[in-house]
Amino acid sequence: MVLFIVRRALQAGLVLLAVSLVVFTGLYAVGDPADILLPDDATAAEREAAIVALGLDRPIWTQYGIFLANALQGDLGTSFVFNIPSITLIFQRMPATLELALCAMLIALVIGVPLGLYAGLKPGSRADSAIVTGSILGFSLPNFWQGLMLILVFSIFLGWLPSSGRGETGTILGIETSLATWDGIRHLILPATNLALFKVALMIRLTRAQVRETMPLDFVKFARAKGMGESRIVGLHVGKTIAAPIVTVLGMELGSVIAFAVITESIFAWPGMGKLIIDSINNLDRPVVAAYLLVVTFLFIVINLVVDVLYSLLDPRVRLGRRA
Amino acid sequence: MTALSPEKTAAPPAPAPRPAPSPLGAVWEEFAEKRSAVVALGVCVLFLLLAVVGPWIAPQDPYDLRAISFFDSRLPPLTVTPEGTLYLLGTDGQGRDMLSAMIYGLRTSLFVGVFSGALAIAVGVSLGLVAAYAGGVVDAAIMRLVDFMLGFPTILVALMVLAILGQGVEKVVFALVLVQWAYFARAVRATALSERAKEYVEAARSLGLSHTRIVFGHLAPNCLPPIIVIATMQVASAISAEATLSFLGLGLPITEPSLGLLISNGFNVMLAGLYWISVFPGLLLLALIFAINVVGDRLRDVLNPRAVA
Repeated sequence: MVLFIVRRALQAGLVLLAVSLVVFTGLYAVGDPADILLPDDATAAEREAAIVALGLDRPIWTQYGIFLANALQGDLGTSFVFNIPSITLIFQRMPATLELALCAMLIALVIGVPLGLYAGLKPGSRADSAIVTGSILGFSLPNFWQGLMLILVFSIFLGWLPSSGRGETGTILGIETSLATWDGIRHLILPATNLALFKVALMIRLTRAQVRETMPLDFVKFARAKGMGESRIVGLHVGKTIAAPIVTVLGMELGSVIAFAVITESIFAWPGMGKLIIDSINNLDRPVVAAYLLVVTFLFIVINLVVDVLYSLLDPRVRLGRRA
Repeated sequence: MTALSPEKTAAPPAPAPRPAPSPLGAVWEEFAEKRSAVVALGVCVLFLLLAVVGPWIAPQDPYDLRAISFFDSRLPPLTVTPEGTLYLLGTDGQGRDMLSAMIYGLRTSLFVGVFSGALAIAVGVSLGLVAAYAGGVVDAAIMRLVDFMLGFPTILVALMVLAILGQGVEKVVFALVLVQWAYFARAVRATALSERAKEYVEAARSLGLSHTRIVFGHLAPNCLPPIIVIATMQVASAISAEATLSFLGLGLPITEPSLGLLISNGFNVMLAGLYWISVFPGLLLLALIFAINVVGDRLRDVLNPRAVA
């Protein structure tokens, strides 16, 4: 077990190193940050000074070496635009993204699982085929367009909910969150729904498949033969069986929700790190782009590792380190 | 979202099926048992035709500056100008006919989706077959790479590629291929592993055929069912991904407007109530992706690649 974790951690380190190399060399080739940062009427001397101050005059491998050494100390460069450390910038924006992602996951769970359960218990019924078709539609709806339609319907036509920003935030248990104020919650509804819809479809399909797999099993038949009520069978025995895969998938999808938040945040002007990366790409704010990609890669590797380990603990049939 | 049911509004009746007397015919007969799948297939074919013949049937060439008039900008749907031009779906901010712009956008979107899908199949299937056939270190290395790629969501990989490379059709295609090949590789490897143990491969080997010939001439055709199913789904997801990236301003340049870019242009004026510039391209995109997914779903049921894997 320890060996497994150590090996995976080493692999993770290699992956991070590879990503850092790709990100750094790649971003170096894009544009000249000095051109973007300086006003058009800057003198040659001012330009030189800025280039030296930003370290852009050194050879590329020296820049990478410095970048890597600093990165290991948690310093991923200073944003050209905001003039604060990019890692600080990302951690400032992260809570907003996490809040959005967690709310979306909650919505997916609360809506997706019951629908999938219902569809799975009545396979072939009209409700089942409606739910399944709905889930294909959910998969098909491009996330960004679905967000636009939410804005069009609920903000523009009906005028019920605000279409952009995070609204007023308050603090709950020392965490700044939109959930603390009514205004914040109103701002959260549309983006969270937008982000959740895809996962709702996923949850429906997963739960339905799990239920259909579980219902014909012997222990369900046995419970029935004992005269146990159908709702108790489903609630207790089937529920327990399908919980593990659902939790696993939810965990795995957390990373993907954080990545997809890029789209949602861009549409709803949600001040999270997804909007930050898009803005930074457009501004050629290299340190922030690099920091974002590395932080998110790191996040992913950690999530994948945790899920792998948890899964092998939950399901003894999965042998650690041995894959088909 | 129940108000949107494009399969009802956008789906014309599909042409009547003519079963062929072959294994393909059997597949088709089973496929056709579900009416909605046939309708969806009809919609796909229709869109494909529309994309191919688009320039000849579009009312206007939306990228010919002589054809568009700035005075006609932002007209709502069903407007008839004093000169007698009908704008069925309205015009955009530059005075382009939305219907024509959408037909051209459909061309771009389908091209990117199908082309990147085809490339991803070529790369993924080759690597998957090689992994299954060679085994050992080669297999382990390829599959490690597959695991690694599948660990990251499409959007993140594409974002990374495009943040580094910048906009452009070939860059978007590259990003999509990079994301998608792994799905094919994994599925093909699983199928090929079970196929490899069969007698026909042994027979081919004992005939002294070359490895290349065995892998691509004998193994590959027998791995087709899962490839077809995944290809369908991946084309849909490629089209959606391209639209998303273009919407974010990272995908296609303004000179090659796909449906995603049209929607993005519309988004800027949507808050002013000019809904049609965004909504109609979006509906077309949705209908396209939905139809492809329905076909793919049915194909999966019919071909059932899981039974093979």
